[in-house]
Amino acid sequence: MSGAHLAVRNIGKSFRGLRAVNDVAFDVPAGAIHALIGPNGAGKTTCFNMIAGVYPPDGGTILLDEHSIAGLRPDQICAAGVGRTFQIVRPFMGLTVEENVTIGALAHCRHVPEARALARELLEELGLGDRRTARAASLTLPDRKRLEVARALATRPRLLLLDEVMAGLRPTETDQMVAFLKELNARTGVTILLIEHVMRAVMALSQHIVVLHHGEKIAEGRPEDVTRDPAVLDVYLGQEVH
Amino acid sequence: MRAGGVWQRLTEGVPARALAALAVLAALLLAAPVLSQLLPAGDYWLSILILMVYFAYIGQAWNIMMGFAGQLSLGHALYLGLGGYIAAALYANLGVGPWLGVFAAVCIAMLAGGLIGYLGFRFSVAGVYFALLTIAFAEFTRILFDHFKWVGASGGLFLKVEPEGSPFNLQGSPVLFYYVILVLAALAFVFCRWLLTGRLGYYWLAIREDPEAAQAAGINVFRYKMLAVLISSGLTALGGVWSAFYYKNLFPESAFSMGRSIEVTLAPIIGGLGTLVGPILGSALLVGLGDLFTTMAERLAEYGIKAGGLKQIGYGVALLLIVMFRREGVWPWLAHWLGFDRHRENQP
Ligand SMILES: Nc1ncnc2c1ncn2[C@@H]1O[C@H](COP(=O)(O)OP(=O)(O)OP(=O)(O)O)[C@@H](O)[C@H]1O
Ligand SMILES: [Mg+2]
Repeated sequence: MSGAHLAVRNIGKSFRGLRAVNDVAFDVPAGAIHALIGPNGAGKTTCFNMIAGVYPPDGGTILLDEHSIAGLRPDQICAAGVGRTFQIVRPFMGLTVEENVTIGALAHCRHVPEARALARELLEELGLGDRRTARAASLTLPDRKRLEVARALATRPRLLLLDEVMAGLRPTETDQMVAFLKELNARTGVTILLIEHVMRAVMALSQHIVVLHHGEKIAEGRPEDVTRDPAVLDVYLGQEVH
Repeated sequence: MRAGGVWQRLTEGVPARALAALAVLAALLLAAPVLSQLLPAGDYWLSILILMVYFAYIGQAWNIMMGFAGQLSLGHALYLGLGGYIAAALYANLGVGPWLGVFAAVCIAMLAGGLIGYLGFRFSVAGVYFALLTIAFAEFTRILFDHFKWVGASGGLFLKVEPEGSPFNLQGSPVLFYYVILVLAALAFVFCRWLLTGRLGYYWLAIREDPEAAQAAGINVFRYKMLAVLISSGLTALGGVWSAFYYKNLFPESAFSMGRSIEVTLAPIIGGLGTLVGPILGSALLVGLGDLFTTMAERLAEYGIKAGGLKQIGYGVALLLIVMFRREGVWPWLAHWLGFDRHRENQP
């Protein structure tokens, strides 16, 4: 398994007159870890939703390894190699933790036992091994976030979209997640694009940051440059960037 | 897949005690026609048992849509009615035997199910609106059949009682009908277990829990919802064929009625939505209670007390109690109490 190259070219999205995303373009090279940051309501999740196929962009194109995926259904985009988590977690609440991840694995495993074995492996790696038989509804928020990551990973993505998976985690848990994602990226080469407010995690993980504000890209570059960018500092005035 | 593999898939995670209990139940059901003759009014008890098995079977079929895939159908009388009418009309009017007619019946019911599913799922008619769509189709078909001369229109369609009739034309004693519906119910039970333990079952559960998350996990939600409707409507139509030949009369007014659609849903709801034992347990409880209330009403009538609606009130109260105290149905609670659900940790 290796990573895919994501190319987002001038996509936009309006909701009943509200311009949520306007003419945004960026690239995530194969195997890279990039971050998408910006204040609340900047349009980050909307970008994810367009990439993942929840709704098509109003204009522009989205390429995965040079193939256009804009306008495909979410399951087709998943099959093309994109895994995503939801900012507001949506595990299958009534099912067990293992069943949740097994469903993801069935995207490429023909048989249930094979999918289940893969699910167990992933759950161990994410520290959820002992919660295997618990219902997802009984998990704490940090565990639900881990479960989201496990289910997305189970589909064997070549591009992983993570929407605030560190929010609500304690610092030690954040560090664990950062270490896990780093190791995953190094081992499998999966491309990762993450939306994150926890700057600790952003700085530790990403090689490149894209900053959105009011639906527009206002800056992008290496983390140390972006966090010194006057436009970015202006947006985050009063908020801590480091 | 080899037989051993199938057996393993069907029984994995099921405690040995549960399998043993199931075997005892199967043996009792197989011997029931003989055992019932040992009782006074044995034929009567057999007719009650036939009803229990019938409602368990169609409940199982309905449960595929609602319990597994999360799609509420309140119009399953459509498939029962279509199945029954087509097989009965082919037999009565053209002399085509039910063992052949059943294929036409099932195909047409699946076409109807497919059409409703396509309209509902393609145009994102979900939840109660989808349920309304299923009701609308059943009502529409009822009106259509009211004017459909070939099947007797509103005057009804009747099958002759053939004392010399062959079992191959589904003619015979209640014992024959009992074994036919028992085989159907047993096959449906095993088939559902097989579906549920496979890829399709997992996909259905995911769709039931959260269609959007299911889609993000790579599931073609439309396709698998369609499969649920097709399988459910086809199996239900089989029950309709059986019922038409058992009762030997069909009226659009009752065959496609809302009441009949509701009847289909009660056993799985009371027994436990989405569970395999739920429809069976629920049906036993409902038919049993129904019989109890009817008997009580008769006894009361002997003392001059009119209690004709007792059965309906009893059903109402039973449903109310379930909704209030055992929302998940009786089976999950009973299974937990019996220790049949060890493989799953249910604590909050
Ligand atoms: N489905 C929708 N319908 C209508 N408006 C929407 C929808 N989704 C997002 N919006 C609006 O679009 C804007 C961008 O929202 P988005 O969720 O993309 O922001 P975000 O950057 O992810 O913010 P946060 O950091 O709070 O998650 C917001 O003003 C939001 O209210
Ligand atoms: Mg967001």
